[in-house]
Amino acid sequence: MRKALRMQRGWGQQIIFLGPCLIFFLAIVVTPFILGFYYSSTDWNGLDLDKAVWTGAANWKRIFTNDDKFWASLSFTLRFTVVSVIAANILGLSLAFILMTALKTKKLLRTIFFMPNVIGGILLGYIWQFIFTKGFATIGEITGISFFQLPWLGTSGTGFWGLVIVFVWQTAGYMMVIYIAALAGIPKDLIEAAKIDGARAPQLFKSVYVPLIMPAITICLFLTTSNAFKMFDLNLSLTKGGPGTSTQSLAYNIYAEALINNRYGLGTAKALLFFFAVSVITITQVWLTKRKEVSA
Amino acid sequence: MQTRRYRLSTFILEIAAILLAIIFLSPFYLVLTNSVKGLKEILMDAASFPQVFKWSNYADVWKAIDFPQAFWNSLQITVLSVIFIVLFSAMAAYRIVRKPSRFNSFVFLLLISAMIIPFQSLMLQLVRVTSILELRGELYGIVACYLGFGMPLSVFLFHGFIKTVPFELEEAARVDGSNPYGVFFRIVFPLLMPIVVTVVILNTLWIWNDYLLPVLVIGGNKDLTTLPVAVTKFFGQYTKKWDLALPGLVMAITPILIFFLSLQRYIVEGVTAGSVKG
Repeated sequence: MRKALRMQRGWGQQIIFLGPCLIFFLAIVVTPFILGFYYSSTDWNGLDLDKAVWTGAANWKRIFTNDDKFWASLSFTLRFTVVSVIAANILGLSLAFILMTALKTKKLLRTIFFMPNVIGGILLGYIWQFIFTKGFATIGEITGISFFQLPWLGTSGTGFWGLVIVFVWQTAGYMMVIYIAALAGIPKDLIEAAKIDGARAPQLFKSVYVPLIMPAITICLFLTTSNAFKMFDLNLSLTKGGPGTSTQSLAYNIYAEALINNRYGLGTAKALLFFFAVSVITITQVWLTKRKEVSA
Repeated sequence: MQTRRYRLSTFILEIAAILLAIIFLSPFYLVLTNSVKGLKEILMDAASFPQVFKWSNYADVWKAIDFPQAFWNSLQITVLSVIFIVLFSAMAAYRIVRKPSRFNSFVFLLLISAMIIPFQSLMLQLVRVTSILELRGELYGIVACYLGFGMPLSVFLFHGFIKTVPFELEEAARVDGSNPYGVFFRIVFPLLMPIVVTVVILNTLWIWNDYLLPVLVIGGNKDLTTLPVAVTKFFGQYTKKWDLALPGLVMAITPILIFFLSLQRYIVEGVTAGSVKG
């Protein structure tokens, strides 16, 4: 009797503590994820699912044989990810090193560099749309510097670099605070000892700092890689994938396929591929840098 | 490093850093100064300081996007979602840590694995699910969505923290005759404050700034339009009404900037802690 009562109380607690979390998680995340496997093989148009017909491998065939834009957007996303991950981390780490020195304004500087990060990608994209199209043009006229006179966002090249600039501007400060936390954790006497042993700045950086902050490098590379690969908001508000579809990221391509072309079935198939791509890339990246952590 | 003297090289570094900070801030400056100009003046010369301050731009935008309503919508959605995310994820994490049964460990694994799924891989099916569950166009509907998406990271953060809370504290309370819910809410939960701050900040920044989920789930219901979505109406495909768009942008980023500047120590720490543990 008492045991049964305890069992019952155990169930009660299980339901009350875990239930709310599970209900929302299952309904909002797990159900759509499972449905994705089914929808991705239909010609669902977004409206009436009853009329959606099972089309077998048709969507997949179309993606792999007859969808240049999808592969163009994959190539764009990969190039964008590589360039912006490198740039954001170099800038973030440099800023961290600068702010670790005895600057008088370092608190204020930290705030300023971090600030873009708290604003949403949609709004940042719009702000920079103005800067690129109007601000740069005016500055170009006044100073005559050809960099500012480029047709910003008007060509695929300037669109690409425009996105990179805004992404780096948004992310560098975030990486900076993570690197600062890591640098602050390095024992001072270790650095002093290396200096006494005659280590110069490049050696100090390569053989002391980098191995010691490797965990932070793993985190920062993971965050920037996954954010860059999944970039959407910036893409939507800064270039709308244009000119044409030349600066379309993968996430944007999926969005356009479904919400503009009304091909939800095809969009779901792409979204499933997108999920596999994100998993493979981020897991590989973490695995690679984690190995370095161990050897350090 | 703190003890190092302030040398010439430090001074030069400081000047360079300040210059870089000015470059970082210049987009805000340009948006701010141009937001009080007429459209002609903006198009002719975006760099000059405004001749006359055309504050009426702001009044026009205030009405055009119904700023108080959009602000209130964003605030309601963010606050409600964050409160319930904190509550439910803390409870779930507590149960998972204290009762690591096979089922609970599986649930935890499922939650962590879900963190890798990009939103775009779920959004189309989610539209369908929200229609079936009648969540579309409703306040509780969008809050429910944020609860679902917010659980994995929040449970994960709480899980890591609760593991460090000594069990003896609870046992003492249990001997005193408190029931398990009392133990959690009166003894355990107050101990979780440091990680609650992190969870609140991460979720607030995400939900307040989110764009695509409100577009998909709130959709046509104009009464629930959030602030970032409201501003997009000035950015049509062909015509750019910069004299309205720029004040709109300023008004949309002001609340989150105030939030950041007033709580920046916690935000920088919270964001760092969240990413280091996540």
